[in-house]
Amino acid sequence: MGSNYSKFETVCRILKENSFDESKLIPILQAVQEEYRYLPKEILVFIASSLNIFPASVYGIATFFAHFTLKHKGKHIIKICDGIACHVKKSNNLINALKNKLGLKEAEYSTKDMLFTIETISCLGACGLAPVFLIDEDIYGQMTPDKAVELIDKIMEQERVK
Amino acid sequence: MEKYLTVNGRRVSFTDEKNLLEIIRKENIELPSFCYNSELSIYGSCRLCMVEIEGRGILSACSTPPESGMEIKTSNEHIIEVRKIIIELLLANHDRECTTCGKSETCQLQTLARRLGINKIRFKNVMYKEPKDLSTYSLVRESGKCILCGNCVRFCDEIQSVGAIGFANRGSKSVICPSFGGDLGSSECVYCGQCARVCPTGAIMPKSEISYVWKVLSDPKKKVVVAIAPAVRAAIGEAFGFDDGNGTETAGKIVTALRSIGFAKVFDVSFAADMTIVEEADEFLNRLEENKDMPLFTSCCPAWVKFVEQYYPDFISNLSSCRSPQAMYGSVAKKIMPEMFKIPKEDLIVVSIMPCTAKKFEARRPELSKNGVADIDYVLTTQELTRMIEEAGLLFGELEPSAFDMPLGFKTGGGVIFGNSGGVTEAVLRNIVNDNSGGTDKTEQFVFVRGKDGLREVKVNFAGRELNIVVVYGLKNARKILKDIKVDRSRYDFVEVMACPGGCIGGAGQPVYKDLSVRKTRTKVLYESDKTMELRRPQDNPYVQKVYKDYLNKPGSCAAHEYLHTGYKYRKRFNETFEIYKPAKEGNIKVNVCFGNSCMQRGSEEILKHIVSFVENGKYRDRVGIEVSICLEKCFKGPVVKVANRTLEYCTPKAAEEAIQEELMKK
Repeated sequence: MGSNYSKFETVCRILKENSFDESKLIPILQAVQEEYRYLPKEILVFIASSLNIFPASVYGIATFFAHFTLKHKGKHIIKICDGIACHVKKSNNLINALKNKLGLKEAEYSTKDMLFTIETISCLGACGLAPVFLIDEDIYGQMTPDKAVELIDKIMEQERVK
Repeated sequence: MEKYLTVNGRRVSFTDEKNLLEIIRKENIELPSFCYNSELSIYGSCRLCMVEIEGRGILSACSTPPESGMEIKTSNEHIIEVRKIIIELLLANHDRECTTCGKSETCQLQTLARRLGINKIRFKNVMYKEPKDLSTYSLVRESGKCILCGNCVRFCDEIQSVGAIGFANRGSKSVICPSFGGDLGSSECVYCGQCARVCPTGAIMPKSEISYVWKVLSDPKKKVVVAIAPAVRAAIGEAFGFDDGNGTETAGKIVTALRSIGFAKVFDVSFAADMTIVEEADEFLNRLEENKDMPLFTSCCPAWVKFVEQYYPDFISNLSSCRSPQAMYGSVAKKIMPEMFKIPKEDLIVVSIMPCTAKKFEARRPELSKNGVADIDYVLTTQELTRMIEEAGLLFGELEPSAFDMPLGFKTGGGVIFGNSGGVTEAVLRNIVNDNSGGTDKTEQFVFVRGKDGLREVKVNFAGRELNIVVVYGLKNARKILKDIKVDRSRYDFVEVMACPGGCIGGAGQPVYKDLSVRKTRTKVLYESDKTMELRRPQDNPYVQKVYKDYLNKPGSCAAHEYLHTGYKYRKRFNETFEIYKPAKEGNIKVNVCFGNSCMQRGSEEILKHIVSFVENGKYRDRVGIEVSICLEKCFKGPVVKVANRTLEYCTPKAAEEAIQEELMKK
């Protein structure tokens, strides 16, 4: 529970480090998202109030950039590339296989245990490796559905050991 | 050196025009555009005003500054094709239920589709519509009709500084919505409705109450009385094809129309405006004498009142406690009319016709009701009145004028000019300045408060001193002067604020206009109307005097306070709180630390840190719950901390700790 305070303290620090400057809204949001792994509504309102700008403007920025998310995300984020090259190399099959493996229904993107979140992105800039995806910071190229499921199994195993 | 360019081969000289669009429109070429609005910043989103500039290709005229020697073509096959594609794409993504849309015939998208000869839409319909937003009394939002021109967003931000709505998402998923995709009712919207006025389509519209009014009119048991606001007579003619009519004559035609529609009595809100002045002038003189809660802020504009309530709680006591004319009319009508008609109170229905969408919100303020029954039952806008006249099949232009009913139909010139920015101030001056016998020559001495600017400072000699008065429209202008007043409370004595440009005549309930010269015409209609009045000073109104004599004693009396005054309340802008420590069980000590902008600057962070370590070290985690609020609305007295039921102003870490300790001792 103490973590609530330390998180809030961090937000205050971030605001101070950026001198409460509204033109630094994007770096502020980036730093806050790093802390919370998403942008909680209350914190966005707090940021708007502290920077003296409209909450609707903060909401506009937070929804404009794909990088920001207003929903709580899982511990591991899988970003599947669905750019043209990956798409023709059947990235769709990867998406389906992963969703199936994680038991995610049509409009669900995060697992119930908040271990995984699946996202599609427009291009990773690694078209030579298509189809490609990222798990957290690591890139995996020339993927097949089977290989993808294996990777997930491995992470699940590691999490169990922890 | 003379600067010139050519438009369609014609040489045109220009001086300081900011963009090509202005120059081209001056040449009587109606370049199409949704997002260009001379009151607002240039946005360049709709791409309809594109013109071809020799050597440069196709550019939008609104965002291109003129340069000498430019050769411009405003239309050719290519440009017209581009414009058509834009309209087609907008229509492919549009709720095209035109026949049932309230904006039909005044919709600019519809007009342009016709002007550009669109007879087929080649693209698949991809319109996605959210359910209507019916969360307010004033406005209805329909996302399926939005073309994302951003006029509403810019007006709310640039003129009103409210920012209740904004763009969200991106690309094909872009929408305009209140923050966090919520509804308007829970946003900071002050209901001025100017977003609806600048909306080219029907994406935001005033909310209609017509059906409820027809229903009560058809109920034989009910007596339905109605009153029209001053500004209505200045604008309704526009909807019927004559715009610079004579205000008194137009008002007479409205009376005839309303009687024909079935209203039992037709009154004039200007009567109540006279009363407002008498009451407010009395209040002003008292405050001036006691130097209490100065400067006095007018309170006739409900959008302004809500604005103060939600952004400037420390100035709430500066608002005049006098009800607005609409509210005074409602409370006086509900008091005296049942007796006159000899009917039970519940059978009297009071309707008002206003130029304003915020008045719908005002009528539902709980402060303006007695025993749960609102003083005003329904509020119609000028637009709704027009619609009712059309529904009734009346040829408005042909109607013979008739006279208002008494007693609430008699007014002086002072009550009529209320609809103009500066009108309230001028009427108050007519009331309080001694050297003013009421004759035309004398009342005309205050015309210096009139004007078309949104912020006007005037000085008046009064009782051996100088009164500093400021007349404002547009809430961003109001913010400016409030900032000055925060620094120097004695800077002004009297502050008049109307949210809408030009005052009530420019209200969002009025017929939609695009050409700003319309405001000038409406203003003139009211000033001309004033000149034709027999009496000019509010205090000379014999019926106002009679109402005081029969029911209210005198201005400022107890009875007057009961019926003609009201109170205001803090409106929390942010309900968001976050828990630092959850209280372990019910009944524990709840501590709330304000982290609003100004409290934060005054050190609420230090206080929170101190409290947290106090609770940790003392092992009180299971007895104390700590919460952070974004604003506890005492910004002048920050930092503010709440401990159980106590509010600590100018709090320090130590004071907060002591208060918690005290609470801990109690249990």
